[in-house]
Formats: sequence, structure tokens, C-alpha cells
Amino acid sequence: MIEFQNVGKTYRHEVVALKDINIKIDKGEFVFLVGPSGAGKSTFIKLLLHEEKATSGKIIMNDQDITGVSNRNIPLLRRSIGVIFQDFRLLPNKTVYENVAFAMEIVEAKSRDIRRQVPMVLGLVGLSDKAKKYPNELSGGEMQRVSIARSIINNPSIVIADEPTGNLDPDTAWEIMRVLRHINQRGTTIIMATHAKDIVDIMEQRVIAIEKGTVIRDDKKGVYGYED
Amino acid sequence: MKIKTMGYMVKQGFVGLWRNRGMSIASIGSVTASLLVLGVIITLVINMNNIALMGQSQFDNIQVYLEEELENDEIDSIGTELESIEGVAYVEYESQDDALEKMKESWGEQGYLLDTLENNPLPNSYIVYFEELEASQTVVHNIQGISGVDEVRYYQDVIDNLINIADFVQLTGLFLIAILGLIAVFIISNTIKITLNARKQEITIMKYVGATNWFIRWPFVIEGMFLGLIGALFALTIVYFAYEYAYNLVYARFYALFAEYIVPADAMLQQISLMFVVLGIGVGVLGSLISMRKHLKV
Repeated sequence: MIEFQNVGKTYRHEVVALKDINIKIDKGEFVFLVGPSGAGKSTFIKLLLHEEKATSGKIIMNDQDITGVSNRNIPLLRRSIGVIFQDFRLLPNKTVYENVAFAMEIVEAKSRDIRRQVPMVLGLVGLSDKAKKYPNELSGGEMQRVSIARSIINNPSIVIADEPTGNLDPDTAWEIMRVLRHINQRGTTIIMATHAKDIVDIMEQRVIAIEKGTVIRDDKKGVYGYED
Repeated sequence: MKIKTMGYMVKQGFVGLWRNRGMSIASIGSVTASLLVLGVIITLVINMNNIALMGQSQFDNIQVYLEEELENDEIDSIGTELESIEGVAYVEYESQDDALEKMKESWGEQGYLLDTLENNPLPNSYIVYFEELEASQTVVHNIQGISGVDEVRYYQDVIDNLINIADFVQLTGLFLIAILGLIAVFIISNTIKITLNARKQEITIMKYVGATNWFIRWPFVIEGMFLGLIGALFALTIVYFAYEYAYNLVYARFYALFAEYIVPADAMLQQISLMFVVLGIGVGVLGSLISMRKHLKV
């Protein structure tokens, strides 16, 4: 469902971020993206989100060549992708419920659907009792679960998580991983960039390692493979 | 766009206006100021054009004053001579008594002042109507050659001058308005930028979730529109009352004599309100679009 064919990305001033990437990710996979900082993980994620355009090669998503997608259509493509950030990125002046509902409002969902969908997803991430709380009343783990709820509220086929456990203590991190695993088991593809060695090693999922702009390793049941 | 979405846009626009009130007031002030200058210029120009226009329609004829003490048959023969000139449609005779009567009428309430005159100082005259205004120069020239003609009252110079002055005012005015308009656009774009920064995080999230650019833009465009619109309404109000005041002043000083050449306040309001509103909103929208040009790129 996601395919990179000889994808390369060169920034201005001839800075090569990615070169000759060939990757195929199937529907429902759980993929860890590992590698040192500055190796090209961020660029890889930016290409997936269409924040940047590939300078060579071809990117196919859901059977559709999206390499040269027009700016107009980028918003529509993004609706099939959910994003989770290390710093949560919740709106501080909105409640948990409103933060999640917001993602539906801006794609102009029906009020009826919003009222039905939001409590359901909050239940899925275990936050039913926190719906009326504001972000500053939540713990880090809870905030990240809100952002997970937001990322899946519009039923995307892919969720991209950029170091979702980076700001959390180990216990909370595992709590988040359980939620992500649960979402993955419902059929959503998950691509997670991370530096968390323990998590990668224990989860035994596919690991793609990027270094100096190329894929140096792609194992079905991989390990982190770096010393912290 | 759904009605619910539109409600959201308008609400966000107002939230933006309210959240940085200080800058909003500055923006509205700058729009008002530039439109006020426009108001001064436009009322001048409209009045000058009006006078010129009235002049032209009123003076598609000229008055040919005759020398005093002409015999009746001499007057008649001048009449036939005038009619025979090429370009003249027809002529009308106005005796000095008629002229005085006319003057009394146009002076209205003050007409009684003319009753005290012992002798009628007005000359007999012919009113010569042109077939077409363009030919007036030659016609006038020919008329001046007829003996018994004392003076030709001819207004073309005045009209031309008026049009020239109106053009000049219009040109300098446009220049001034362009500069003031740019300043207004600049201030509005800065105002919007503040709202934009306050909502930066929100916008980032909106983009990642797949909001279209216009969905993000609309609230800011609406904010700019309102800044411009409110500025325009202020300017309109001020111009209207100031103009009405000036109009009444002229009316009181110069009586009805002059007033008929001046556009009344209500008619003026009709002429300028659409222009002001469109310009105000235009400046506002332009300001907000400029401020968003960079911010919307992801």
C-alpha cells in the first residue's frame, strides 16, 4: 500500500537527504524506522506526509502515484494519514473532546458523526473519563493518547508516529505502545520513527534502518541494532 | 461549503478581531484615514464634474447680448441673421424685461431686492442654441462679427477649466490614495500576522489533519474583510456628516444660487458608499492574503 521506488530527495545547496530508497509496506504492517539523528528519517516521514516532494523516483500510496500530486490535492491525501508527534501538539484551550472533534470539524464531518465517533475513539484509547479535561490537567501519557485518538478519528489507513514515546517515561511509553499495537491490530498500518531500543527489540516487528540517506537494513522481525 | 463551516469561519474571524483589539483598531483607523482622504477628493471631483456637466447641458446655448437702443426691426434682423449661421439650431429672444423676471425667479425669496431698481440694467438678448457643441467655437466667432451684438456670454472656458482642475485633483488624489492604501494594507497584514502567530499551532495541526488551504485561510480573510468594512463604514459616516455640514454652510451663505450646482449629501452618499465598502473590503482581503502568503506553505 506504500511503495517507494528509487526515491531520492535533495534539498537546496545539493544536500542529499535520501537516495535511491526502495521500500514496500503492506497494509496492516507495523514498521519501526530507526537510525541516527540526521540520517534521513525525518525526510522520509516528510515525504509520506507530502510536506516535501521527492526529487527523484516514485511514491505510490493506496495504488495511487502521489509523486507529483498537486498542492490542491495534498489536503485530501493527508486525510488518509494520521500523525502523532513527540510533543503531542494538542490545542491548550480546547478540552480532550474538542481536540479530537477538531480533527473531524476541519474535514467538515457531520455533527452527528462527530458526536458518535469521538466518544468511541476516546474509549478506544482509554480516555472516556477525561473528555472534559484540558491538556494541562493531563499526564504526558494521557496527552499522547489524546493525540493518538485525534490521529485515528478520521479513520486513516496509515498512522505515522514520530518518536511518540520520546517525551515519556518507560512505563508510560509501553502504555502508548499497547494503544498503538491495538490500533494496528484493527488493520491500520503504523510507521513509527523511534530511538527507543527496548521497545523495538521487544516488539519484534519490521525494522527499517536508515543511515546517511539510504536503507541499510530492512528486517521482518528486526532489532534496534544501535547502542544508545 | 457547509453552513456550519461558514459559521465556524465567521466566528474565528471575530475571535481574531477581538483577541488583538489594539492592532484591529489601528487597522480600522488606517483604512478610515485613507478613505477619508479619498472622501475629500472624491466629493470635490464629483462636485466639479457635476458643475461641468450641468454647465454643459445648461450651456449648449449661448447668450448674445445686444447693444442698447436698437430699434425693433434691427433686433429682428439680427435674429434672422443668427438663425442663418451654420450650426445654429434655433434662437430665442429674451427682452430685458423677461431677463429681469427670470432673475427674480432664480433669486427666490431674495427676489424683492430687484424691485428697488429704478432702471432695468439688463440688456436685450438672444439665446442661441447649437446643433452640436463641437461647432460652438466657429458659431461664436461668426456671431461676434454681427453688428449690433454687444457681447457673447460663452462658458466653454469655465467648463474646460473646471474639467482640468477636476482631472488634476483626481490625479493627485489617486496618488495620495495609493500611498495611504498601501499603508493600510501593510498595517492590516501585520494585524493578521499576529492572529496567525497566535494560531500557528492550530494551523499546523489543521494542515496535518488535511484541512484545505482555503479552510485555513477563510477566517483570516474574514478578519481582514471586517477590518476593512468597519474602516469603510467609519469613513462613510464621517464623510457624510462633514459633507452635510459643509453643504448646509454653503447653502446658508450663498442661498439657493450656488446650491443647485452642489450635489446634496444624500446623493453623495449614494455615489460613494459602494465604492468605499468595496475599497475597504478589498484592502482588508489584500492585507490578509499578503500576511498568509508565507505561513501557509507546508
